[in-house]
Amino acid sequence: MPEPIIQVGDLHKWYSGVHALKGVSLDIYANEALGLIGDNGAGKSTLINILSGTQRQDDGWIRLEGQPVDFSNPRDAMERGIETIYQYNSMVPTMTIARNVFIGREPLKFSLFGIGVMDHKKMRDDSVSAIADVDLHLRSPDAIVGELSGGQRQGVAIARAMHFKSKVMILDEPTNHLSVKETKKVIGFVRGLKDQGVTGIFISHNMHQVFECCDRVVAMARGEIVMDKRIEETSIEEVSEIL
Amino acid sequence: MKRFLKIYLEKPELAGLAFLVVLTLVFQVRSDGVFLNAQNLQGILGLLPEMGLVAIGVTLLMICGEFDLSVGSVFALTPMLMAILMEGGTPFILAFPAGLAAAAAVGFANGFLTIRFSIPSFITTLGMLFVVRSITVVVSGGFPPFLPADALPKWLFTVYVGPAGLFRLSVFWFLAVAILVSLLLTRTNFGNWVRATGGYLPAAQSMGIPTARVKTACFMICSVLAGFAGTIQVIRLGAPLPSLGEGLELQAVAAAVIGGTALTGGIGTIFGGIIGAALIRVIDNGLVLSQVDANWFKMAIGFLTIFAVVANSWLRKKAKSIKVET
Ligand SMILES: Nc1ncnc2c1ncn2[C@@H]1O[C@H](COP(=O)(O)OP(=O)(O)O)[C@@H](O)[C@H]1O
Ligand SMILES: [Mg+2]
Repeated sequence: MPEPIIQVGDLHKWYSGVHALKGVSLDIYANEALGLIGDNGAGKSTLINILSGTQRQDDGWIRLEGQPVDFSNPRDAMERGIETIYQYNSMVPTMTIARNVFIGREPLKFSLFGIGVMDHKKMRDDSVSAIADVDLHLRSPDAIVGELSGGQRQGVAIARAMHFKSKVMILDEPTNHLSVKETKKVIGFVRGLKDQGVTGIFISHNMHQVFECCDRVVAMARGEIVMDKRIEETSIEEVSEIL
Repeated sequence: MKRFLKIYLEKPELAGLAFLVVLTLVFQVRSDGVFLNAQNLQGILGLLPEMGLVAIGVTLLMICGEFDLSVGSVFALTPMLMAILMEGGTPFILAFPAGLAAAAAVGFANGFLTIRFSIPSFITTLGMLFVVRSITVVVSGGFPPFLPADALPKWLFTVYVGPAGLFRLSVFWFLAVAILVSLLLTRTNFGNWVRATGGYLPAAQSMGIPTARVKTACFMICSVLAGFAGTIQVIRLGAPLPSLGEGLELQAVAAAVIGGTALTGGIGTIFGGIIGAALIRVIDNGLVLSQVDANWFKMAIGFLTIFAVVANSWLRKKAKSIKVET
C-alpha cells in the first residue's frame, strides 16, 4: 500500500456544546476518488472545512504527504495543493465570472507589498479557457455570477478549482440543486479526476452518485466514521443499512 | 428593457448622472440662467470637494459592506487637532499629518471594534460619532484656537485658479483622490477583495481573503478622507469650529446610495458616490437660487434617498427575473 496523501488522526471539533467531530481518523490515498456520505449534520462539512483551512480542529492532527500540517486559513491549504468547492459559499454573486475565478489569486502586472494592478486581460482569457476546459459554455467572462443558474455557478466553481488544481480536490455536495443533466456532468468530472492525477473527495448524501464515481466510500454519522470500504466490497444496500 | 437593465446593473450610477443633468437644466431655467454662471459654479465647485471626499470614503466602505457614521465628527476633529498643534508652534507640515493620523486611528478603532466583537458598524460608528465629537469639543476648550491669517497654506488647497478663477485648488485634490480610489477599487487586487468582502463575506473568507484587514483598511481610508475634507474646509474658512461637519455622515451615506451603492455591500462605484454628492450640492444650491425656503432642502434629499433605494432594489429584482443571457 502506498503512503496516504492525507492522513487525519483523532480530529475533534466542538461548536459551543455540539460535539461535531468525535475523534475522526482517516487515510486518503493519492489518486483515489473518495466518497464521503452521511445524513445532514453528520459532520462531513466540518471535516472537510478543517482539511481546507476554513476551520480549525480543537484536537487531533493532519498530515499531508507525510508532513504534519496546521492550516490557519484557506490560503495555506490552497498553497499546499488542496482546492475546495464549498457547499454554500464559493462564489460572490455580485462579481463577474473573471473576478470570481481569481479572488485572492489575481494575476498582477506589478505589485508592492502584495497589492498591485490586476492583469484583467489574463483574468478574462484564463477564465474563458478554464470554463471551456470543464465543458461549460458561457458567452462572456464578464457576466455577473448572480445572473447564472445554479448549475452554471457550480460549473464556474469547478472550473476555478480545476484551473488551480494540483493535488487534492474536495467537492462538498456539489450536486445539490442541480438538474439531472448537470449532476451527470459533475459525476463524470469526479470520475475523470484520477486520469489527471488528482485525488478527489466527493461529499454527497446520495448513495447512487457516490457509487457511480468513487473508488471508496466512507460513511459518517453523528460525528464519527461508521463505515469505510472499497466500492467493490460493499453495496448501496449495505451502506443504507448502516446509516 | 432588457438592454436597459443590463446597462443599469453594470453602471448603476448612470441613473444618478441622468438625474443630475435634468436637475441642472431645471435649475438653469428656473433661475433665469444664474445657476450655471461663473460665480455660482464657483460656489458649487468650492463646496463640492469637501463633501465629495467624505462621500468617496463612505462609498468605498459601503462597498466593503460596512458603514461609518463617525465621518462628520472626524471631519471636525482632524483640523481641530491640527490647529491646536499649530497654535502651539508646530509647523503645518507636521501638524497636518498628525491630524490625519488621528483620523486614521479613529478608523482603525472603528474597524477593530466592529470586527473583534462582531457588532454592526452602524452601532460602533454611531458611538464613535459621539465620542469623537465630544473629544473635539473638549480639546478645543469651548472656543477655537486662533490662527494667524497666513498660517494655513491656502495657496496649496483653496485658492482660486483656472479661467475666471472658476476652481478652487481643492477641486483638483478631490479629483486626484477620486481617481486614485477609483483605480484602487477597479484595477487592483485589493479592490477585488473589497468587492468580494462586501459582496459575500463567507465566499471571500473561504477563498482566503484577509477580510478583517481589508475592512479595517477601508475604515481607515474612509476616516482619513473625512479628516482631509475637514482640513480643507478649515483652510477655506480660516478657523476650526468644533461643530463642523454635523450631519455630514448622513449626507455622505445619502450620496453613496443615490449614486447606486447597495446598502448590503458589494455593489457601487466611487463615481456614483461623487454623482450623489454633486446632486446633493446642486439641489442645495438650486433650491436657494429658485428662492425656495431653505428648509425644503432636507426634505428633497430625504425623498431622493428613499426614491433611489426603492428604484435600485426594484430594478435589481426586475433584472433578476429577466434572465440575462450569458
Ligand atoms: N458554524 C457552526 N456553528 C455551530 N454549529 C455548527 C456549525 N457548523 C456545523 N455545526 C453543527 O455541527 C454538526 C455537523 O455539521 P456539518 O459538518 O455541517 O454536517 P454535514 O455537512 O454532514 O451535514 C451539526 O450538528 C451542525 O449543526
Ligand atoms: Mg454539509
